[in-house]
Amino acid sequence: MALLQISEPGETPAPHARKRAVGIDLGTTNSLVATVRHGLAVVLPDGEGRPLVPSIVRYGEEGVTTGYAAMARQSVDPHNTIVSVKRLMGRGLADLDDDRRFPYRFVDAPGMVRIATRAGVKSPVEISADLLRALRERAEVSLGGAVDGAVVTVPAYFDDAQRQATKDAARLAGLPILRLINEPTAAAIAYGLDNASEGVYAVYDLGGGTFDISVLRLSKGVFEVLATNGDAALGGDDFDHRVFCWIIEAGRLPPLSPADARLLLVKSRAAKEHLSEHDEAPIVATLSDGTRIDLTITRDIFTQISANLVAKTLAPVKRALRDARLAPAAVKGVVLVGGATRMPQVRRAVAELFGQPPLTNLDPDEVVALGAAIQANKLVGNREGNDDWLLLDVIPLSLGIETMGGIVEKIIPRNSTIPVARAQEFTTFKEGQSAMSIHVVQGERERVSDCRSLGRFELRGIPAMAAGAARIRVAFEVDADGLLEVSAREVTSGVAAQITVKPSYGLSDGEIARMLQESFAHASADMQARALAEAQVEADRVVDAVRTALAADGDLVDAAERADINEALAAVARLREGSDAAALRSATEALNRGTEPFAARRMDRGVARALTGRRVDALSD
Amino acid sequence: MAVTLTPAAAQHVSAFLSKRGKGMGLRLGVRTTGCSGLAYKLEYADEAQPEDVTFQSHGVTVVVDPKSLPYLDGTELDFAREGLNEGFKFNNPNVKDECGCGESFNV
Repeated sequence: MALLQISEPGETPAPHARKRAVGIDLGTTNSLVATVRHGLAVVLPDGEGRPLVPSIVRYGEEGVTTGYAAMARQSVDPHNTIVSVKRLMGRGLADLDDDRRFPYRFVDAPGMVRIATRAGVKSPVEISADLLRALRERAEVSLGGAVDGAVVTVPAYFDDAQRQATKDAARLAGLPILRLINEPTAAAIAYGLDNASEGVYAVYDLGGGTFDISVLRLSKGVFEVLATNGDAALGGDDFDHRVFCWIIEAGRLPPLSPADARLLLVKSRAAKEHLSEHDEAPIVATLSDGTRIDLTITRDIFTQISANLVAKTLAPVKRALRDARLAPAAVKGVVLVGGATRMPQVRRAVAELFGQPPLTNLDPDEVVALGAAIQANKLVGNREGNDDWLLLDVIPLSLGIETMGGIVEKIIPRNSTIPVARAQEFTTFKEGQSAMSIHVVQGERERVSDCRSLGRFELRGIPAMAAGAARIRVAFEVDADGLLEVSAREVTSGVAAQITVKPSYGLSDGEIARMLQESFAHASADMQARALAEAQVEADRVVDAVRTALAADGDLVDAAERADINEALAAVARLREGSDAAALRSATEALNRGTEPFAARRMDRGVARALTGRRVDALSD
Repeated sequence: MAVTLTPAAAQHVSAFLSKRGKGMGLRLGVRTTGCSGLAYKLEYADEAQPEDVTFQSHGVTVVVDPKSLPYLDGTELDFAREGLNEGFKFNNPNVKDECGCGESFNV
């Protein structure tokens, strides 16, 4: 029997009509999946009650493992255990500032970097898809069925290639993706700021290994990203390391073996977390040589040894505010995201800088996923009626094309709300010029070499005419996910050539198709079988209910209506034996529709009987 | 006539109501739908209509419209977990048969 949920007044869905919508925070260190249940956004934990999934994928001899299971083997199998894959999304080997920081066997591929693993060469998209698949499976188990729609979050600074890579990963994982939204926007939604008064909000996100600050402006229900800044190598792990160094000094420890160092790092993290709730934390451990450590670290000491880490986060905050041309006092509210913002010294520093206490009543680890779930629930159609707005996002960086001299002509300025389409006319430079190369770039700088190249294509077949006579219309279209399509057309001659380009990062459409195909190879047979089984169950249910109703209240149906119903019943019975799930479903649906008037009359009769004061259960026999 | 909650259901409803931040209680009802006859309505109640019947059960106010009441009389709403899934179940003595999923039924 299905488990029912409480709905908002007047919004109980029709039976079987509630859609399963999830929000996914695909993080560098940890990922989460959330949904809206009983009208409230909640994170879906695993069987052991753990809400977070470490963003780790291991390609082991026994197959793919993710999360805690993969983390457990990280130190023994580093080449095949991939952590922080988000840092590689949409990135080529040349984009990585220091590839030696990663213990992987990188394979240089055109566009996006690949990693050689036991299971073959994997792209970051495929690795992310394995993580997303684990989250999808958790959602399916927790919600009792397939996911109907998902919203996945990405950092506000992600460019087109990174967004496209994230979207491809979701598709590959079999997630019906409704929308990508910016992480700070999701956090703001979780706090209901989209319903708050218009103004500027700051989202301070200190995760395990990354720090991001975003300044958003809410106007007319739209969050604009005014500025982003951060430090890709600063996070809660650095605070653990400070405690670790303090233990070594305070305990006067000699150089440690890797196993002992790992043990003490775990103790350091536990002490850090303990200090968020308490004034002091005990650190007790026994090293492999028998040395016993028994120390107590106070909150004051921790604040002192981590002071410059906290200060390091404030510099990007100030830069972001300067970029947005705002004083800290102009910010209406500050949202904290990321587990590391539980530390009291961080909260204090943020409160001091902005002159107001930050919003902290939601779990900072969960807030992004919760906001994504709320958005997914709306987009999938579970909340109809009064608030049918769709949240609009904005493009984070300007989009344009290269013109003569390596200068960027911006076609869509940054912070345009999406979806958006803009076109501009260009002309030829030379007499008789028959082709034009169009180079699509993204960025705020004036020179092409300072912007990010998204792709190029050529418009050929321009008829010969004088320089400056051809009219070439270049159209940019950004869809609701922030993905771009560019087309060019010569309009003077009427001989139009048209090409579209998608931002490429090395995965060709053919490759994506192949990867999708691979993922479908096993799935499609299962899926068809499952669809048929579901249709059969539904058919049996409806047929059974109709027969029961006819037996109980057959006198409410006249001969003609009964003949129609019998015909519909026969049609369902015939298709029930076949293997065409779609036909069976539509026959069942026809039967269901055809008996609606009958059902209404039965309800009326039931009410009439009830109102005469007789017992319903006695009458219905 | 009465409609009740199990202690577990009442505890969860109270928690959801307090997280939601508004609402006087829980509204239960039935409505016609397709051939299976009836489907349950399970909603937060922000206000009661004059004709509504209300019950108190383990500290939760349960609101039922008079048209639905004959179908729900004697019903006990329970909260259940099935693996990682969770939600409410109607234990309704009036139900003669229900669809496999329990979202719709007839009496």
